[in-house]
Amino acid sequence: MTPVLQTVRLTHRYSEGTPFERVALDSVDFSAQRGEFIAVIGHTGSGKSTFIQHLNGLLKPSSGSVLFDGKDVHSSKEFARQVRFRVGLLFQYPEYQLFEETVYRDIAFGPRNMKLKDDEVDERVREAADFVGLEESMLEKSPFDLSGGQKRRVAIAGVIAMRPEVLILDEPTAGLDPGGREELMENIIRYHDGGKRTVIYITHSMEDAARTAQRIVVFNHGHIAMDGAPKAVFRRGFELIQMGIIVPQITRVMMRLRELGLDVDDSVYTVDQAIAALRAGKGGGGHA
Amino acid sequence: MLRDITLGQYYPGDTLIHRLDPRTKLVLTMVYIVALFTAIVYAGYALVFLFLAVSILISRIRLKSILSGLKPLIVIVLITGILNLFYTKGEHLLVHFWRISIYWEGVETAVFMALRIMLLIAGTLLLTYTTSPLQLTDGLESLLNPLKKIHVPVHELAMMMSIALRFIPTLIEETDKIMSAQRARGADFETGGLIAKAKALLPLLIPLFVSAFRRADELATAMESRCYHGGEGRTRMKQLRMARRDWAALAVGVLLLALVILFRRLGI
Amino acid sequence: MSTIIKTEKLVFTYEGAETPTLKGLDLEIEEGSFVAILGHNGSGKSTLAKHLNGILLPTSGRVLVDGMDTAQEENLLAVRHTVGMVFQNPDNQIVANVVEDDVAFGPENLGIPPAEIRRRVDDALTSVQMYEFRNHAPHLLSGGQKQRVAIAGILAMKPRCIVLDEPTAMLDPVGRGEVLDTITRLNRQEGITVILVTHHMEECIGADRLVIMSGGSILMDGSPREIFPRVEEMEAASLGVPDTTRLLYALNRQGCSLPLEAITTEECAQALMRVFGHKE
Repeated sequence: MTPVLQTVRLTHRYSEGTPFERVALDSVDFSAQRGEFIAVIGHTGSGKSTFIQHLNGLLKPSSGSVLFDGKDVHSSKEFARQVRFRVGLLFQYPEYQLFEETVYRDIAFGPRNMKLKDDEVDERVREAADFVGLEESMLEKSPFDLSGGQKRRVAIAGVIAMRPEVLILDEPTAGLDPGGREELMENIIRYHDGGKRTVIYITHSMEDAARTAQRIVVFNHGHIAMDGAPKAVFRRGFELIQMGIIVPQITRVMMRLRELGLDVDDSVYTVDQAIAALRAGKGGGGHA
Repeated sequence: MLRDITLGQYYPGDTLIHRLDPRTKLVLTMVYIVALFTAIVYAGYALVFLFLAVSILISRIRLKSILSGLKPLIVIVLITGILNLFYTKGEHLLVHFWRISIYWEGVETAVFMALRIMLLIAGTLLLTYTTSPLQLTDGLESLLNPLKKIHVPVHELAMMMSIALRFIPTLIEETDKIMSAQRARGADFETGGLIAKAKALLPLLIPLFVSAFRRADELATAMESRCYHGGEGRTRMKQLRMARRDWAALAVGVLLLALVILFRRLGI
Repeated sequence: MSTIIKTEKLVFTYEGAETPTLKGLDLEIEEGSFVAILGHNGSGKSTLAKHLNGILLPTSGRVLVDGMDTAQEENLLAVRHTVGMVFQNPDNQIVANVVEDDVAFGPENLGIPPAEIRRRVDDALTSVQMYEFRNHAPHLLSGGQKQRVAIAGILAMKPRCIVLDEPTAMLDPVGRGEVLDTITRLNRQEGITVILVTHHMEECIGADRLVIMSGGSILMDGSPREIFPRVEEMEAASLGVPDTTRLLYALNRQGCSLPLEAITTEECAQALMRVFGHKE
């Protein structure tokens, strides 16, 4: 199957040709199949944000290429523009990009840029607003009068209204409290729709990554250092820590138990898995 | 990319030039500019050029950095040069075609004017490259201090200037980010006529203003909670103190100006 | 131990709001303690923090800082000198273009002699481990580094108490760790009272005291070891507890008897070791 997104030896240098030149991505090969749910992690400056900005053609590679449905994103201006809409990208702290007089018009900004008919725009705006849980009555309010959490929802609706086949999010839950994080993750999972759409998101929370994603891609120094199922990634806990990534607390406890000489599976990362792993340990029981 | 802009950047260092009192450097820069505009003869130019070249050498600022600072202004330099080339009349006709005549005097003026602008900018670049913005505003505040007597809010102006300087990189970064975010929603900042382009800027400018106000508000709160209450009773960690090197540097500056005036009188 | 901050029936209503954000808080902070104030968005925790050095003034009730009423204009400078404040967004609290100049800003406002400021700035930067960055431009630092510079800026004023209003909300996990280590060290080694406002319960593990806010009131108040084991209550307040506590709690419901107050990774592992380690 042709991957929906693919990068081939993707390299990006910032400030090319100046004394400040810096390689952000170094020959990255990556591909995502339709319907995947991928979490991207890595410490600040590992290149992950630069990476996702290539996936919808916002940044042009210094060398190498980005393919959408097997076709080079920058093969023509027309195609690049199409990809911009088919791969929706939500930036970090997206509430700071709101600018319209009303919530409605802000959400409509993307669809209008797609040159859709008015009734189509209207349908999409209402659908997207409903999707993120914004009430009808809010549509005519000024986005600047909303609370932080509501603003973020408006911003997300603004991307969802373009109905992208691939949704990419840069730390969508940053700065939210646990309740807000939970709601937002549910929205994203719902957009994924059991694999009808593709989702790629950057997160610093390994717990979130572990809970939701089917695949975790770890960036380090402009390279992909690991790429696999959560369990396979967490099995390399010590390496992750060396890369400046904080592993889930549960994983740390299990790693420590192993150090102390207990033969348990230390690639687990949720409470339930930990219980199962402890029970599966030699002797089985635990009813002390 | 916007973040590539180097104008007004400070390159920390520990050379004689870096260590000079900012007031000395400000005064010297002014002396240098006056000398530059006074010099109308070869020897004068040569002297001013020498002064700058030696200063750059001492400061260990790489020539590349000066040149990259000059780059954005190349168009202005070229236009000035070309205008002078075509519009200066003189006695020694070099080329004549259609309605255009180029005289030797025109070539001379064009080169001098272009040189003058470049030297002017290179000199000010050296000032900003070797003086931290804070020192610069401190120096300005101190030089302008006498104006307080006629109720010019010198401290407030200097504070505003230094905060503006502090936030320029932050706001440039923010502009970059908002632009990318809007482009991800299909905004187009490049094509279309002037009006279309101006309209396309709204999705960038509005969030930028909102954010600037928010930042200003938060900064004001942060400053107040650090006991800021205006210039009254404020001390400075880095006291401006004129050292022997400052007086020496000023003497060199005065000498430069005197020589340039002398050369001009003598016409060599 | 003496009290450094005391709120008495503190009520605060934002202009134009119908209901008060703070509903009559009584809180006493002991000098030298490390207090974490935990609550979700809208619980009033940040509003409370802004009262502690007179950024906001009570609608009714009083806030006393070292016995001084914050509502009295003439106390304001002394209050802010006693209680320093670090904010959420590191970018919007750094005033100067060079790290050390920024740290000097507070002492300069206090009219401290230049040589003394120099000493304080060097000390403050050393104690947040940013001395080697003293000549750097702040905008080129990482979030965690910026936030440590902001802490140094407060330290240089030699306050007796530092309030940090969600200082880690915008940081990555590494930066978060840097900031937490720094404030814990300041509290333990230099005896500075620390009040940490946060919505990350993992950050509260090292605190002496945990104040849980909800709906403008104090819901729970005690040591983390007393509070985290109250799993049901915490979850009812939609706050949740650290995963280590949840693990021990879940195992206990299946018949183990593990100590719920084992809240750090190490304690949790040791507790599990005692139960599961002898099975072989």
